[in-house]
Amino acid sequence: MTFKLGIPSKGRLMDKTFDWFQSRGVLISHSGSEREYSAEIKGGSGIQLVLLSAGEIPRELAVGRIQLGVTGTDLIREKLVNWQTIVDPIAELGFGYANLIIAVPSCWVDVDRLDDFDAVAASFRKTHGFRLRIATKYHRLVREFLQNEGIADYQIVDSQGATEGTVKNQTAEAIADITSSGQTLKVNHLKILQDGLVLESQATLFYAKKHNLDQEHAKVLAHFIDGLGL
Amino acid sequence: MAQTDPILAETERLHGFFQSLGAESVEPSLLQPADLLLDLYGEDIRARAYLTPDPLRGDLMLRPDYTVPVVQNHMQAGATAASYTYAGKVFRKQETEIDRANEYIQVGYEIFGAQDSAQADADVFSAMWQALDGLPLRVQTGDMSVLMVAVGGLRTTDERKAALLRHIWRPQRFRFLLERYAGISPQPESRRQLLAIKDPLAHSEHNIGLRSAVEIGDRITRLHRDSQAAPISKTELDLLTGITQLRETYPNILAQLQDFAVDLPAISVAIVRLEKRLEEIEKRGIDTGELMFEASYGRTSMEYYDGFVFGFYDNTGKDFSLIATGGRYDALTRCLGNGSHLPAVGGVVRPDLLVKTRGQV
Repeated sequence: MTFKLGIPSKGRLMDKTFDWFQSRGVLISHSGSEREYSAEIKGGSGIQLVLLSAGEIPRELAVGRIQLGVTGTDLIREKLVNWQTIVDPIAELGFGYANLIIAVPSCWVDVDRLDDFDAVAASFRKTHGFRLRIATKYHRLVREFLQNEGIADYQIVDSQGATEGTVKNQTAEAIADITSSGQTLKVNHLKILQDGLVLESQATLFYAKKHNLDQEHAKVLAHFIDGLGL
Repeated sequence: MAQTDPILAETERLHGFFQSLGAESVEPSLLQPADLLLDLYGEDIRARAYLTPDPLRGDLMLRPDYTVPVVQNHMQAGATAASYTYAGKVFRKQETEIDRANEYIQVGYEIFGAQDSAQADADVFSAMWQALDGLPLRVQTGDMSVLMVAVGGLRTTDERKAALLRHIWRPQRFRFLLERYAGISPQPESRRQLLAIKDPLAHSEHNIGLRSAVEIGDRITRLHRDSQAAPISKTELDLLTGITQLRETYPNILAQLQDFAVDLPAISVAIVRLEKRLEEIEKRGIDTGELMFEASYGRTSMEYYDGFVFGFYDNTGKDFSLIATGGRYDALTRCLGNGSHLPAVGGVVRPDLLVKTRGQV
């Protein structure tokens, strides 16, 4: 089996990944039309490029269908249990910065920090008869974070998109989501808790520990990594 | 995982033993309504239990323990005093540790509605003791109510006491609050600013979400009131710290608690309870001279124990698995009882771990 490099298939993340490899002497170009999900590495024999949704790259690394992959730290940590035993981060690429944060309505003038949030969760439950809802798609990361912080009386509700709108729609009281500038939060009348940073993420090149390669191809992989000059 | 014969034999033996003590055998269904368990335990249980969607009945959960359905059945039947035993599988997701079993048998024994708590505590404890007779075990006991009573006896506001009690099961947050209330850790800048503004709600536009302006205003009023409260004294802080760190054999524990009671007389009721329970345990032929007591024992497990707690650990030196565990959970019956409640104490044994320990002797 040839070794495979997984790259996010869309938008700026893909372009910047291409640029990052190019600056390290690895030329990647689209094969065929711009819209076709395939690309190749110039002069790279024994290496196959795979364009994938960034969200699928963690799983593909975990099962060993790709040996290298570029994706966000947030996705690796959310999707892979015991991620350190499955992948090695070999380079942070310096783009795709995003923070997973907890945000509450700006009108909650009495809430700035997690301990406020915790106290409000207690009285909210008493008043409304159910646990304060946090909308997010990062269930595991958020739960682990709040568990470590000793926060009680909340519940996580699933939100796969337009999470910032859930508070206004009254399907959640707070959100946990990725933000880079905070602009979307602001226009949706939300503010970040001062100590509500769950995770700092950026695009990262990961190496699958279970690479499923024979000796010959493992050598090609090792040579490729060496060539990046990290 | 296939259950091998010795485990099934052990299961039957334990189940039979608890029945011989007069317990009625019950078998709640494997699938339990998820909403009740989620409301009770919160997100912790979601991380630990298998959830499955059912379009007709709502989300269901593979039973993560027997206690809740057994209590529910008992309360719905309007029963008063009864004891139950059960034997069957429970299911727990292991989020990070692949080596730990995710399905295993529990054999349990629960006593409801006993008027004398000391006797019921001792009955369950001695049942476990007898069931595990002959095994090399380390036995650990505690009593959640010691710390609870101590918090209740602090010379501070009811709101602060309630906040501390709510976090009894989260020691770090408990400590954080305690130090805040004792004035050791300062108020954060954001809180100082909030309290300095005359009418903080006046500047807020776009009221979104379910939490109303009235609720926000109420909390600000409470914060103002709290900022006027005197700090918890150094003496009381030291006492509470001392109690959380108590870990001794019973004779020493009782002596130390008596010392603490000089400055914190509220704990006297807890001492009396400890003494009465100890007496009942001794009456059942168990030597308590070497028995260990730890005041913080049970604080990091799921929050339903609120009195006597115990655990029997493998002591062969190879591993320290928890073979049997249990305690008093009066408060849980209040959550499930729709207005009524009753005293409840119980424990479970894991026959798989028991067999493993026996094999290592």
